[in-house]
Amino acid sequence: MNVHEYQAAEILARHGIPVNVGGVATTPDEAAELAAKAGGLVAVKSQVHTGGRGKAGGIKLAKTPEQARAAAEQILGLDIRGHTVRKLLIAPGVDIAREFYLGVVLDRPRRQNVLMASAEGGVEIEQVAHEHPEKIIRALADPMLGLQAWQAREVGFRLGLAAEQVGGFANIAQRLYAAYVAEDATLAEINPLVLTGSGDWVALDSKMSFDDNALFRHPATEAMRDMDEENATEVDAKHSGISFVKLDGTIGCIVNGAGLAMATMDAVKLHGGEPANFLDVGGGASAGQVAKAFSLVTADPNVRAILINIFGGITRGDVVAQGITEALGHVAVNVPIVVRLSGTNAAEGKQILAAAGLTAVDSMDEAAAAAVRAAA
Amino acid sequence: MSILVDSGTRLLVQGITGREGSFHTQQMVEYGTNVVGGVTPGGKGKSVAGAPVFDTVAAAVEAVRPNVSIIYVPARFAPDAIYEAVDNGIPLVVCITEGIPVADMVPVHAHVKAKGARLLGPNCPGLITPGEAKVGIMPGFIHAPGPVGLVSRSGTLTYEVVDALSKAGLGQSTAVGIGGDPVIGTSFVDVLGLFQDDPETEAIVLIGEIGGSDEEEAARFVQHHVTKPVVGFVAGRTAPPGKRMGHAGAIISGGTGTAAEKVAALEAAGVHVADRPSAVPGLVRAAMAGR
Repeated sequence: MNVHEYQAAEILARHGIPVNVGGVATTPDEAAELAAKAGGLVAVKSQVHTGGRGKAGGIKLAKTPEQARAAAEQILGLDIRGHTVRKLLIAPGVDIAREFYLGVVLDRPRRQNVLMASAEGGVEIEQVAHEHPEKIIRALADPMLGLQAWQAREVGFRLGLAAEQVGGFANIAQRLYAAYVAEDATLAEINPLVLTGSGDWVALDSKMSFDDNALFRHPATEAMRDMDEENATEVDAKHSGISFVKLDGTIGCIVNGAGLAMATMDAVKLHGGEPANFLDVGGGASAGQVAKAFSLVTADPNVRAILINIFGGITRGDVVAQGITEALGHVAVNVPIVVRLSGTNAAEGKQILAAAGLTAVDSMDEAAAAAVRAAA
Repeated sequence: MSILVDSGTRLLVQGITGREGSFHTQQMVEYGTNVVGGVTPGGKGKSVAGAPVFDTVAAAVEAVRPNVSIIYVPARFAPDAIYEAVDNGIPLVVCITEGIPVADMVPVHAHVKAKGARLLGPNCPGLITPGEAKVGIMPGFIHAPGPVGLVSRSGTLTYEVVDALSKAGLGQSTAVGIGGDPVIGTSFVDVLGLFQDDPETEAIVLIGEIGGSDEEEAARFVQHHVTKPVVGFVAGRTAPPGKRMGHAGAIISGGTGTAAEKVAALEAAGVHVADRPSAVPGLVRAAMAGR
């Protein structure tokens, strides 16, 4: 789960990190009001769950409340990589002397968390990692003990900081690591972390993402969820225990198991079609689950055929077939349906489907090809 | 022969009286797995599918000497169950549970390693040595004994490939599901090493998916340490970046972890990569004939 910049800043402030406190505006009037309150230069920043805001014209500087109003008028409603701007952060201007990158993520190959820092602040870290990997300084945190003070100091010295600057930096690095762990984050990032002309440290832009599996113990984070930034169908699916991801194609997919669901999408593509979604119906594939899957898939007007791919394991093919026929009694499906049923009790399942006027095929390739033909 | 589990496996089931635990215990016993006992705190004196239930792993270890444990407890309690198993000296722990927070798994992984134990999973279907022991949730009947070692990050996709192999007359030495989470106990590399050293495994099938770099590490390992033919498949060629595809670990982030990168790395290491699951048996046969 992702949150907005202003929300990430709230969380980091709670963990003792000096952030550039601003206010959130949803109208040009509010933006002007906040700018007047701040006095002097402000940044008007779009709040959307995507990067590249600056390049897209989603961040503007304003010297007066009137300029802030004008900037807000331009930015609100802007589409940034498919995200519509509905909120703005109005943040006071900061006297920037130097900019740094500071982040904590999981180092997957090592199964450990890692603190990353770079003197190339303000640019996307992926770009730095790609072009100048040597400019990223890393410190692996011990899985049991966490990030130690000496590690944070060492990163500071390796960034080329003066001795009197290292203490402040290391303090922020340790607090960022602590926030990452305490909040079950998958990413905690300050970019840029700014050293001001007067020698103070300020987190100018904060970003956090969270582990969905840990949200049960973070109701405050869950409450920050912005439904305008999420696909309503995906959230609806999750409540039913279904994993759903909307794509742009025309072939709706209903599959049991995440790996098989991905392989099914790939098979559709291989046979010349485009998948409309990823959908893992979960282990049970009961009538209720299948009915829900049908309603999720048919809600997409682009869907011209539905491909159901079930490999019966512990889940029996006849039970799934029963689920499909029952579901079709509850949900009106007006596009062709291709079913592939294999594994446990597949023969019995096919009989049940045949009685309901549906034909099931044996192989995934055959089913994908048939679905692509049906959608053409 | 086989790897990790066989007819000598003495299995302990943690969470044996739960819905999942009791159902799968029955299934494993029916397959012929030697389930020597189970653990549910407060369950002492009960029995599931003929296996005695104990309050603690320590009590079970003393009474029935298990050498493998499988965990079916909910995500909130699963890390504790893993600690209990390894702290009582069980050398192989298989965790089926899905949805364990990554922050919990980081110290679990380190602790298991420090204890010299092996964790398989979490969020995995378990493993099976056909005809000898099924330690997991996979449908036993699709498997057949044979020379192909299989390792996968997925569940049903593994069944799909196993079924295709068995139908093509290619049985399996052992099929291992390593799990779909970002932090897992046993990696592709670990299992590849075991298959390389197993005299009965003649060819290896590796089924990967988007996210992380375990396939790339597997490719490097194959290049330097595996002499047996390896056939691969990578799911998620059509997956969009930044979206979690069901499995917590199946996400392309920061432009890395794409299927294309993984396929390229595997092919560069001499792995025969199938473009679809149904192509795997043919490639295995060809690779075995070409040796």
